[in-house]
Amino acid sequence: MSAARARVPSTEDAVALDGVAKRFGEVRALDGISFTVAPGEIFGFIGPDGAGKTTLFRILTTLLVPDAGAARVLGLDVVRDLWALRRRVGYMPGRFSLYPDLSVQENVEFFASVFGTTLKAEYELIAPIYRQIEPFRERRAGALSGGMKQKLALCCALVHRPAILFLDEPTTGVDAVSRREFWDLLAELRAGGLTIVVSTPYMDEAGRCDRVALIAGGRILRIDAPGAIGAAYPLPLLAVRGPRRFELIQALRRHPHARSVFPFGDELHYTDDRAGADPAGVASEVAAHLASEGFAEARVEPAEAGIEDSFMALMEAPEGAAA
Amino acid sequence: MSAGAAIEALGLTRRFGAFTAVDAITFSVGRGEVFGFLGANGAGKTTAIRMLIGVLAPTSGEARVAGRDVYAEAEEVKRRIGYMSQRFSLYEDLTVRENIALYGGIYGLTDEEIEARAGRLLESLGFTHAADGLVRSLPLGWRQKLAFSVAMIHQPEIVFLDEPTGGVDPITRRQFWEMIYAAAAGGTTVFVTTHYMDEAEYCDRVSIMVAGRIAALGTPDELKREFGAASIDEVFVRLARPDGGAQEAA
Repeated sequence: MSAARARVPSTEDAVALDGVAKRFGEVRALDGISFTVAPGEIFGFIGPDGAGKTTLFRILTTLLVPDAGAARVLGLDVVRDLWALRRRVGYMPGRFSLYPDLSVQENVEFFASVFGTTLKAEYELIAPIYRQIEPFRERRAGALSGGMKQKLALCCALVHRPAILFLDEPTTGVDAVSRREFWDLLAELRAGGLTIVVSTPYMDEAGRCDRVALIAGGRILRIDAPGAIGAAYPLPLLAVRGPRRFELIQALRRHPHARSVFPFGDELHYTDDRAGADPAGVASEVAAHLASEGFAEARVEPAEAGIEDSFMALMEAPEGAAA
Repeated sequence: MSAGAAIEALGLTRRFGAFTAVDAITFSVGRGEVFGFLGANGAGKTTAIRMLIGVLAPTSGEARVAGRDVYAEAEEVKRRIGYMSQRFSLYEDLTVRENIALYGGIYGLTDEEIEARAGRLLESLGFTHAADGLVRSLPLGWRQKLAFSVAMIHQPEIVFLDEPTGGVDPITRRQFWEMIYAAAAGGTTVFVTTHYMDEAEYCDRVSIMVAGRIAALGTPDELKREFGAASIDEVFVRLARPDGGAQEAA
């Protein structure tokens, strides 16, 4: 709930931000961001390209200084204590950041050596992930597939035993199956006690986080457990199925109480503008409207809102209009 | 294969040394169809697309696009297709208007045609006020909508879209798909790749590539029935990881 935002940051928090802002020229990349992350949590930032996710991650990993506000990671100030902090955070940037001309094994050994350790010494720690790419240890990193590159980058971010891991869009451009496998790895790391802060543009990944922050236009729209975000959807929501979907969308938009109509996989999601109206009643009314428009065969049922429904409703709200 | 198909591939194959990236794929796409071309990273999608747009020669097999052989009549084909990739579709250091003029010129439109189409395009996108701004300064979603319109500037018969919506916000992603539907309704064939499985459901038909071959092809409903799956996502997981993908789907 919003209590998470209002809570006074304590030294117990793995991450605590208060009013962090950053601008680049005219662009407000971050516009007063406050949140806390508890130790051992997987905390997700969900938002589109340009939302401010990368700027936020660079501040959290001491690579960028905020214009205003305070940010502490593991109890250390990201500006004052940067040298102490850098040894203790693992960071996987959004762009592929490894050495493409070095082999898989050479990349891991290089990152280990930067932190004064070796692949051999840390092998057990990274083994659950490293074993999956070990058959290709002689291959140049640049020649790996997308999913393999991500696993290698994760090994390199973990090899110095960080207390907290920052992953900036680790699954962007990665296929749906490799994305699942990557999240399975994160769940294993979390089970080992690691705190993980991760960003993604894929709404379907929210369910893998303990809590998520929806972010757009440099602002946090909402912070909550993933299940609670959909449950708080403020308006009646219907799922509609039927043939000729492009025309069906137009017909639904002609309903006098249509707030929004969007395709959602093999369904359409219709949001009614009457807060508190009985969803079953709205459904039969909308079905009758569709029948009068020549879509008697369309199936209309009340639906549970998901993260993506909530995200779009928040983006469309006047406050989120900047996005 | 039908004579009127927009795209036809017959045993299309590409090897790189000992590695077969695309392994004798055969399929056809009808005119005005929205065809989703799915596959895991490394399954061979990009290699297949590069052959279909005539920038990579096949090792064997043939491809016809817009009724012409992609290799024997490459220049004829290029005039009849549009192409947009997730990156590098527009010149970031040029303005919106300059990008439109550049692509219009490349496709041989006259100055009058460019001006008329640029005006219509900017108006339909609601970009008129941003026409003289640099593309670099546009949000990603706007850039992708512009790139799609630019790929359509010469009114191609077929447009190839390679991951056009990656990273784009959920509202703009859906607006993008309405542009796709509008193009298809106007008779343009749309060949599109995506990692968003909900978008696979928006296609008339989809194919799923696994290890260089087409492992499944049909309408989204047909594929779900065939695999007894509730969603294309589930079909995709089963095909891409036949050994144990099922439990990961849970």
